[in-house]
Amino acid sequence: MTRLLYGLAGLGGLLALLEAVPRLGLVDERFLPPASLILSTLGAQLAAPQLWIALGETMGGWALGLAMAFCAAVVAGVVIGIVPGLRALTNSTIEFLRPIPSVALVPLATLLFGPSLGSTLMLVVYAAFWQVLIQVLYGVAAVDAVAYDTARSYGLSAWSRVRHLVWPTALPYVMTGLRLAAAVAFILAVTAELVIGSPGLGAEIQVAQSSGAVPTVYALIVVAGVVGIAVNAAVRLLERRVLAWHPAVRSEVAA
Amino acid sequence: MKPRRTVPGRRAAVWDRGVRTVRLLALPVALVLVWWAVSGSSFYLPSPVRVGQAFAETWFSERLAEDVVPSVGRLLAGYALAGLLGVGLGVLIGSSARLRATMEPVLEFFRAIPPPVLVPLIMLLAGIDTPMKVLVIVSGCVWPILLNTVEGVRALDEVLADTCRMYGVRGASRMRRFVLRGASPQIMTGLRQALSIGIILMVISEMFASSSGLGFTIVLFQRQFQIAEMWSGILLLGLLGLGLSVLFRRVERWVLSWYYGSGVARA
Repeated sequence: MTRLLYGLAGLGGLLALLEAVPRLGLVDERFLPPASLILSTLGAQLAAPQLWIALGETMGGWALGLAMAFCAAVVAGVVIGIVPGLRALTNSTIEFLRPIPSVALVPLATLLFGPSLGSTLMLVVYAAFWQVLIQVLYGVAAVDAVAYDTARSYGLSAWSRVRHLVWPTALPYVMTGLRLAAAVAFILAVTAELVIGSPGLGAEIQVAQSSGAVPTVYALIVVAGVVGIAVNAAVRLLERRVLAWHPAVRSEVAA
Repeated sequence: MKPRRTVPGRRAAVWDRGVRTVRLLALPVALVLVWWAVSGSSFYLPSPVRVGQAFAETWFSERLAEDVVPSVGRLLAGYALAGLLGVGLGVLIGSSARLRATMEPVLEFFRAIPPPVLVPLIMLLAGIDTPMKVLVIVSGCVWPILLNTVEGVRALDEVLADTCRMYGVRGASRMRRFVLRGASPQIMTGLRQALSIGIILMVISEMFASSSGLGFTIVLFQRQFQIAEMWSGILLLGLLGLGLSVLFRRVERWVLSWYYGSGVARA
C-alpha cells in the first residue's frame, strides 16, 4: 500500500516537474510544453478516431508479426533441437544472423514493400524470430537425457516425445522468449512506421513532428509508453497462466 | 610404444578438427550457393560476387573514415555515457527502498516507451547534429542499464552487507568491492540489452536527418537504387553487430570470471 503511495508520488513529481520547467522558462515552451497541455492534448486525441485507427494498425502489425515469428521459431527450434547433428550444423549460421540489427533491413523493406504493412512485418518478424528461437533451443537442450531415453525405450513416437516431454520442458524458456520478443516486436513495429512510414502510431508521430504539432508528439509518445507497459503486462499474465502448473510459478503464488 | 600411440591420437585430432570445420562452414556455404543460384531472378537480389565487390569498393574507401568511424564513435560515446548514468543513478536508487518505490513507476514508463519514438522529440530539443545522435543513443540505452542496476543493488547479499559494516568497509572501497561487484551480473545483463538498442538507435538517428553516417549512407544507396551497395551496407551492419556482440561476450567473461567460477551462475 505504501509502495503504491510512493509510486503515485513519483508520478506526481514527474508531472509537477514537467509543468514547472517550461512555465519557469528553463526550456522553451515550444519544445517542451507543460504537462497540463500534453495531457489535455492527449485527452483530445483519445476522443478522436484517428488515434485509435493508428493504434489498431500498429497492434495489428505487432500481433501478426509476433505470431508469425513465434510459430516459425518454435517449429525451427524444436526440429533443430531434436534432430541429431542439426544443432552443430546450424550454430554458426544462427550466431551470425542473430546479432544483425533488424533496422539494417529498413532499406530492403522500403524497396520490397514500401510504406505498408509488409515493411512492418518484415522488421518485426526478423527481430522477434531470433529471440524466440534461441530460447526454444535452450529449452530443448534442457530436456533430461534419462527421461528422453526412457521415452524412447518405451516406444513413444517422435511426435508424442515432442508433445509430452520436449514441449513441457521447453515451455518456460519459450515463454521467456515470447516475452522478450513481444517487447522487441513492439519497438520494431513503431520504428518501421516512424522511418518507413507504414500506417500506425509511428507514422502519426512523424506527421505531428514535421507539422510542428509539438504537444501532439508528446501525447503520442505517452500513448506509446502506455501501450508498451500494457504489452509487457499482457505477456506476463499469459506467462503465469500458461505456466501455472510449473513449480517456479506455484511457489511464487504460495509465497 | 609411445610414438605409436600418439599417431592415432593425432589423426583423431585432425579428424575432429575437420568435422568441426565442416559443421561450421557447411550451412553458410550452402546458403551462399543458394543465394548465388537464385540471384539472377530478381533485380533486388544481386549475386554474392557483385555484393562482395560493392563491399570492397564502398567500405574500403574514404567512406570508412567519413561514415563508419564517426557512427561507431557516436555509438560508443552514447553507450559509455548511458553506462555511467545508468549505473550511477541505479546504485543511488537501488540503495534506498523509499527512493526505489517512488521512482519505479516512472522508470518503468520510460523503459516501456519504444526508444525510436524519442528521435523526433530529441531533434526538436537538440537539433540534428552529433549531440542529438549521441543523446538519442543515451536516451534508449540508459533504461535497461538503470533498471538492471537497481535490481542488482537491491538483491545484494544482506549478510555480506552486514559483514562489510562490521569490518568497517565503507566509502569508495565498499562501492568497488561490494556494491558494484555484487551487482555486476545484473549490470552486465543491462549493458548487453543496451548494446543492441544502441546499434538500432545509431542507425535510426542517422536515417532521420543526417548527411553522413552508416544509416544515412545505406538509405542513400536505397534511394539511388544502388542495390548491391545497399546489400553491402546491410552486410556491414551485420558484421558490426556480430563484432560488438563477440567483443561484449569477451568483456563479460572477463568481468564476471569470479561469478562463473563460483557456481552461483549455474543455480
